Amino acid sequence: MKFMKPSVTAATDNRTASATPVDNSPTTAAEPATADGRSDPADGFLLPVPDDDGAPFWAYAASGELRVQACADCGELRFPPRPCCPHCQSFASEWRRMSGRGRIWSYVRPHPPLLPAYAALAPYNAIIVELAEAPRIRLVGNLVSAPDAALNSVPPERLRIGAAVKVTFHEMADGVTVPRWLLERP
Amino acid sequence: MGATLKDATAIAGIGQTPFAKRLPESEKTLACRAITAALADAGIAPSEVDAFASYTMEETDEVEVAKAIGAGDVTFFSKVGYGGGGSCATVAHLAAAIATGQATVGVAWRSRKRGSGPRPWKNTAVQLPTPAQWTRPFGLLRPADEIGMLARRYMHQYGATRDHFFNVALACRNRANQNPAAVMYDRPLTREMYMTARWISEPLCLFDNCLETDGALACVLVSAERARGCRHAPVYVHAAAQGLPAQHHGMVNYWNDDPLTGPAWTAARHLWKSADFGPQDVDVAQIYDAFTPLIPLSLEGYGFCGRGEGAAFTEKGALEIGGRLPLNTGGGGLSEAYVHGFNLITEGVKQLRGTSTAQVPDASTCLVTAGEGVPTSALLLRS
Repeated sequence: MKFMKPSVTAATDNRTASATPVDNSPTTAAEPATADGRSDPADGFLLPVPDDDGAPFWAYAASGELRVQACADCGELRFPPRPCCPHCQSFASEWRRMSGRGRIWSYVRPHPPLLPAYAALAPYNAIIVELAEAPRIRLVGNLVSAPDAALNSVPPERLRIGAAVKVTFHEMADGVTVPRWLLERP
Repeated sequence: MGATLKDATAIAGIGQTPFAKRLPESEKTLACRAITAALADAGIAPSEVDAFASYTMEETDEVEVAKAIGAGDVTFFSKVGYGGGGSCATVAHLAAAIATGQATVGVAWRSRKRGSGPRPWKNTAVQLPTPAQWTRPFGLLRPADEIGMLARRYMHQYGATRDHFFNVALACRNRANQNPAAVMYDRPLTREMYMTARWISEPLCLFDNCLETDGALACVLVSAERARGCRHAPVYVHAAAQGLPAQHHGMVNYWNDDPLTGPAWTAARHLWKSADFGPQDVDVAQIYDAFTPLIPLSLEGYGFCGRGEGAAFTEKGALEIGGRLPLNTGGGGLSEAYVHGFNLITEGVKQLRGTSTAQVPDASTCLVTAGEGVPTSALLLRS
């Protein structure tokens, strides 16, 4: 599937973080928001780095569906995805479609120093959404005014814990789609 | 019951380099300076060292240290993961090794040029898998952003305010102002400075964040019996614990029943179970303070107050000298130096020797904790 393009060979441990500061990342090219407020989907923002367990989440997101991994035996939902069920140890899983509705559980407004693409939009918001069907399933995302709007497109006074939100989807780059969140009552 | 760690080992020596935003020497050199200073403090020859413990993030490995300082044959070496969560566990691993006869003289250390070196979060080529997939693309880039999420929720759920976080920052700064070795020795903090400081990640401002420091520290652990013959009064490792709670997710611990119940609770349960005293008997605490909200969360976790009461606990000067629980008496990571919490261990030793620059009168028990919000560890020290 085309969304499976692990752009970086992600190491799985940060112990070498300061030993080999090879800055070959795409983050050196800052891409500020364009004049109409849409964020430029080009390089600069970090794309999700899917692993084997999470890949289906991103495949469903690319087709506009929010699905969460569930145990195919005992039925328990789990997030982040993982190889087996922590409740019954079954390795059988399925991906259950969510309504896409939830509430803001918490949020931050990052200010610089940040990676350049993010600094150009700062302060923006990052939120945690608890899903209506499963409040313990919480997704990190951004509250935006429209699916393709910038990370800073919602005025900060609209950020509120408990605010009802609904999912939308945004193509960050060719074939890479992420869930985002809109206020139920904009 | 079998063997116990209780008071079986003691810290006999401590050592440190200067702390600064930038030190000219390499991390390896700084490590060797701190370690040789700690051994000199204990009065133990480097050739007697047969055990090492440090963090997985430590860049200077045992091979380099051992051959540089002139260690003898080494029979135990261990490294603990999860950044600052491993600080107390380095001592705990040495204690276990010495108590069970695997070694006799252990050195734990941390050397880091985080002041002049790179910020780890800027390296986008090396990311932990969970944040890389589920949080960082949304601009949750730095530890301050990740802990800021928990801080905001904590404020919402329990009525904590920025004044409570200021109480933490102020207590640490006041102690640093008494400590000539502290980076912030001559820099007092006021409430106005705090309330008007620039944001880093709302709700956290500049003064809610620890320092960025170059420096190194070390300590020497031996059996209790051996320690009684060393140059300083022994500081006993009374209890030690590590903590990785069920369904914990590291710095982005958002996916369990209660993300505000962190690894501190797990470590604390084991710590108090194996101790002869309880939270009410702790004279002074060195609590990991990479970010101010970690203090109220830890105060709850380690049982100094009830659930949701950690913020209120900081009121009325409770964390100052003379308060209910004097905190981070060298200035902590917020105002002395941020070296992954190792200065909290050495400050605990100074308190129990009676040689702190902000001495708590007659202190005989000290809690030291490692990073909260990641798999953690803790020590109970006593004189």
